[in-house]
Amino acid sequence: MPKVEIFVFLKQVPATESIIQVADDGVSIKTEGLKWVINPYDELAVEEALRIRQEKGGTVTIVSLGPAKADEAIRTALAMGADKGLRIDCRLNQYDSLATARILAAVMKERPFDLLIAGYRAVDDDYHMVGPALAELLDIPSISMVIEQKIDDNTIRCRCTVDGGTMDVEASLPALITTQRGLNEPRYASLPGIMKAKKKPIEVLEAGSLGIDADRLEARVRIESLAPPPERSAGRMIEGESVEDKVNQLVKALSEEAKVL
Amino acid sequence: MSQTVLAITEQSEGRFRKISYEVLSEAKKLAGQLGGSLTAVVLGSGVSDTDVAELKTYGADTILVADHPDLAVYTADAYVNVLAAIIRDRDCKTVVLGSTSCGKDMGGRLAARLEAGLAMECLSAAAEDGKIMVSRPMYGGKLIARTAIEADIRMVAMRPKAAQVTRAEGAGQVEKIEVDPGRIRTKVVDQQLATGKVDLTEADVVVSGGRGMGGPDYTVIENLAAVLEAAVGASRSAVDEGWRPPSDQVGQTGKVVSPNLYIACGISGAIQHLAGMSSSKVIVAINKDPEAPIFSKADYGIVGDLFEVVPVLTEAIKKIKG
Repeated sequence: MPKVEIFVFLKQVPATESIIQVADDGVSIKTEGLKWVINPYDELAVEEALRIRQEKGGTVTIVSLGPAKADEAIRTALAMGADKGLRIDCRLNQYDSLATARILAAVMKERPFDLLIAGYRAVDDDYHMVGPALAELLDIPSISMVIEQKIDDNTIRCRCTVDGGTMDVEASLPALITTQRGLNEPRYASLPGIMKAKKKPIEVLEAGSLGIDADRLEARVRIESLAPPPERSAGRMIEGESVEDKVNQLVKALSEEAKVL
Repeated sequence: MSQTVLAITEQSEGRFRKISYEVLSEAKKLAGQLGGSLTAVVLGSGVSDTDVAELKTYGADTILVADHPDLAVYTADAYVNVLAAIIRDRDCKTVVLGSTSCGKDMGGRLAARLEAGLAMECLSAAAEDGKIMVSRPMYGGKLIARTAIEADIRMVAMRPKAAQVTRAEGAGQVEKIEVDPGRIRTKVVDQQLATGKVDLTEADVVVSGGRGMGGPDYTVIENLAAVLEAAVGASRSAVDEGWRPPSDQVGQTGKVVSPNLYIACGISGAIQHLAGMSSSKVIVAINKDPEAPIFSKADYGIVGDLFEVVPVLTEAIKKIKG
């Protein structure tokens, strides 16, 4: 197989060190002052796509569903080395996971591709759903939580994490894979990369222009309220004369008070 | 409307995984609220009759056994083909599965095929006014979302260890069904499964080591984990240093765990780590730095060098465990 046409699906999310607070409407989050980044799993996807392109040649296109602000995340991926961007314009978290997959499927049906790469989950809403749902709608095989991949001719062979270990799985291209931590160490955008990225194209599409029936984009899963989990209060600091003394008090507390031993 | 609730079970090494009982228990509760019956489905090859009969004691009224050579090893294509046919044929409007690696792999596909509403990583579920309400963590556990699933078919994927396992008596009618796994486009060529190892998300006790470990030698942590039959976890910085594999990482970008007992050793408690473990029942923190944020979330804290404290703790627990 000469060149690989790769599309990477990316979501802009609040950085994981952020403190997340519920907005006044009770169903969304306060966005003021948040630092936004590429979803860490999608960053692995961008890096892996660039490595495959380096070895096989081809094009890496970044696709994102989101508001104009998401262009920053697309631009970062372009600065890492991706060739072009495509954003489907919508409000932040306007669509649920299935609707998102449906929109992405409509976009991909118009474009030839060999490999699709998505993060196995987004660290904001944690639905773990878009990648496999997209593969289903496109009727292509998918391999989840990939930590290693190799393409030979028309076959991709992946090592992926499963509960209790790892598994080696093969599929023919075109296929979709989702990334898991351990796949690679994403590069930083270089200064020349950042300069070049400014000239790279980002195409913007309207979800409404894709010919999808509106009722098929209706949310099936909807947040009714958001709240922080019950606050844990600091417990007891165990003081003692010696390590043995402290440990004995701890073991006593764990078996008699907490009853977990 | 049919009120049959379908519970998808999972096996490993020929035995039901603990998540299967959790899924059945939550599904039984939903069936009760909906005034319907509970159907359990078992997929595999050479499924044992005695194992299957046991599901009756977790409230299954009907137990469907889909036994086929192509179901011996999990593949999304085969499982989704078989499950989609069952859900349509049996007119199941509510489906409960585990938010496990298989559940996460097939859940999205199955929901797309059936145009179902799917919520992953649910902590609890309830039937209310014609919809299924679930509670699920977002932002790695920093927020809990009360979420409505409103669709013709509603799918609830339960996070391991979230649901209480409850025994209940069901009719337990076993039906062996003919299934067609269809064309399978992925081929499993090899598996590297650790036998007898407790999975982090399913463990009752987790012992984690962080930056304070100072290197890849986790012997003191592993020894403590061994006496507690615990799983070993790690903080992101320990994983970033390459001391532990990414699969051991607890936190927003790793695994969210809710064991009965979580022992954090040499972990300062970055917000993204706290998000991943603060739903544990009891938290113990051992850290040199009395100012470490982890102590603000811990039920019990010991300020001290983990290399001194943990071995003494291991011996003390060995004694009481006899």
